[in-house]
Amino acid sequence: MTKADLVDAIFEKVGLSKKEAQDIIEILFDTIKQTFKEGESIKISGFGTFNVRKKLARRGRNPKTGEDLEISPRRVVTFSVSNQLKHEIEKLDV
Amino acid sequence: MTKSVLIEKVSEKIEGLTKNQTEIVVETVFDSIKKALMEGEKIEIRGFGNFRLKTRKPRKARNPKTGESVDVPWKKVLYFKMGKALREALNSD
Repeated sequence: MTKADLVDAIFEKVGLSKKEAQDIIEILFDTIKQTFKEGESIKISGFGTFNVRKKLARRGRNPKTGEDLEISPRRVVTFSVSNQLKHEIEKLDV
Repeated sequence: MTKSVLIEKVSEKIEGLTKNQTEIVVETVFDSIKKALMEGEKIEIRGFGNFRLKTRKPRKARNPKTGESVDVPWKKVLYFKMGKALREALNSD
């Protein structure tokens, strides 16, 4: 599934044109991105929580060349699935 | 930030869309992602990130309270990997 499928889903559910549905998808993910940039987490009940975490610099290695290098400090987004969705997923056949 | 605050923020940015319509849009997005995942599909939101299910092998674990050994069966877990554009947006100073 890609953004195009989300656009189709919105097009069918809401009385919007494809172009409008496309724009609103972009605005939605931009708004989420902006929120992360401010360091704020986002909780979608029944789905999960996105957290922004700060990572300190650390030593690492290029797995291809074996070369030692420093991994710069950075911010990452982690996702933790809601209990409800986690349980639904665990019930799926492996 | 909660879903309702997100809906408000998105709704403010779009002229001609009611809060109610925005709510349906946001619900539809996360419901569609959920539904696709449950069908075993991988989700790729370009610039944002990917969601996919991984299968975890069974393992022996311990009840930390009683020390008792328990079998954890095969199970699926949800993984999110942030996209390149998002990573760059968060790490450009």
